[in-house]
Amino acid sequence: MIRVVLPQHLRKLARVGGEVTLEVAGPVTQRTVLDALEARFPMLGGTIRDHTTKRRRAFVRFFACEQDISNESPDALLPDAVASGAEPFLVVGAMAGG
Amino acid sequence: MSRVRVLVGTRKGAFVLESDGTRSRWDVSGPHFGGWEMYHLKGSPADPNRIYASQGTSWFGQLIQRSDDGGRTWEPVGNKFVYDGVPGTHLWYDGTPHPWEFARVWHLEPSRTDPDTVLAGVEDAALFRSTDAGQTWHELPGLRTHASASSWQPGAGGMCLHTILVDPSDERRMFIAISSAGAFRTDDGGATWRPINRGLRSEQIPNPTAEVGHCVHRIAMHPSRPRVLFMQKHWDVMRSDDGGQSWHEVSGNLPSDFGFPIDVHAHEPETIYVVPIKSDSEHYPPDGRLRVYRSRTGGNEWEALTDGLPQQNCFVNVLRDAMAVDGLDPCGVYFGTTGGQVYASANAGDRWAPIVRDLPAVLSVEVQTLP
Repeated sequence: MIRVVLPQHLRKLARVGGEVTLEVAGPVTQRTVLDALEARFPMLGGTIRDHTTKRRRAFVRFFACEQDISNESPDALLPDAVASGAEPFLVVGAMAGG
Repeated sequence: MSRVRVLVGTRKGAFVLESDGTRSRWDVSGPHFGGWEMYHLKGSPADPNRIYASQGTSWFGQLIQRSDDGGRTWEPVGNKFVYDGVPGTHLWYDGTPHPWEFARVWHLEPSRTDPDTVLAGVEDAALFRSTDAGQTWHELPGLRTHASASSWQPGAGGMCLHTILVDPSDERRMFIAISSAGAFRTDDGGATWRPINRGLRSEQIPNPTAEVGHCVHRIAMHPSRPRVLFMQKHWDVMRSDDGGQSWHEVSGNLPSDFGFPIDVHAHEPETIYVVPIKSDSEHYPPDGRLRVYRSRTGGNEWEALTDGLPQQNCFVNVLRDAMAVDGLDPCGVYFGTTGGQVYASANAGDRWAPIVRDLPAVLSVEVQTLP
């Protein structure tokens, strides 16, 4: 079971309260987690990564285990603590004015 | 008695205002989608409870929301705007080719006859259509693949398709405007397009009378006379009497012919409204006095409408989609400012009052006249 923490705007859009829990079959990577997230909450499609290229949106960051893993390969394995559910995978709106 | 619903899009959410036909007391709901930029909301003429809204932020991109109960509740619908085929390039600010990239939806234009059909004008400039109430979107690629498109260049606000006018007598005929490519017309439902910029003169481009490249800010039409078009350009207020084939200037005695919105009285096709702005860099009213100008002669002769509007120290802007009229008699006129006020006049502009104030900067104002 993977735990995902969404920023407030996306929690509201997906109509979820706290963390989201997902089952991910196979290797646990950014791509497989986000695929599972978007499959369960289709309204999140395009809000975290581009619909077509699947590239992370510029002002979205990914954190795990107190590390910024935004620029890791989307196919790199996430830390064991995320894969085991001990730590959440955090989707964060980048600090930016506006 | 008829009612009026005003849909207000702001930099940080949407607001819905309702009044009875007296238009004297307004109930305000919102913010809906607090924290999101709401570029445009518009109701379906075929089903007033159906409202479409363009929602977005730099963080999380574009969303489209749909309400089926007059704006009380909303559902996110499709937000996948993918250009048809290979997108190609337009010119970037530095004159180099730049690939077409979807950024946002500027304007939504629901069909007059089918509540499930809606057009979307987007940045980078293209026209999309949904026929399933916003669930899926498909580009009408004939515009973006026009022979001139590789020479189009963005204005300061991005290369946006911001105006969509559909001829009520023939829905295959549409007029659109792009900053800063100009105005275009289709007579075949969007399959083919032609520029309609003859008569425009823009000193800011190398050839001031070029076929494309003009920064058209807004076009307006009265539904009873779809061949007569009014345009607020980057500078100049223009008029066409032949469906855009040719334009002539009707700025007349305006204190400035720069501005963004232009609109037409609901019952008087020769009565039009603009909000003069000082200049292309000073986006506020001349002399710090917020004045709507009305022409009852289809242009050239303008009168300042000031009653109820701030006449000193006012330095707000009124954006291109932030003016609308209702269908009551007398006609109501509405506009929103970047200072967060929405002003309304229930007597065609003679007197104004804020119907809400201190909102975030207003991006768009639309009005629904309800039975």
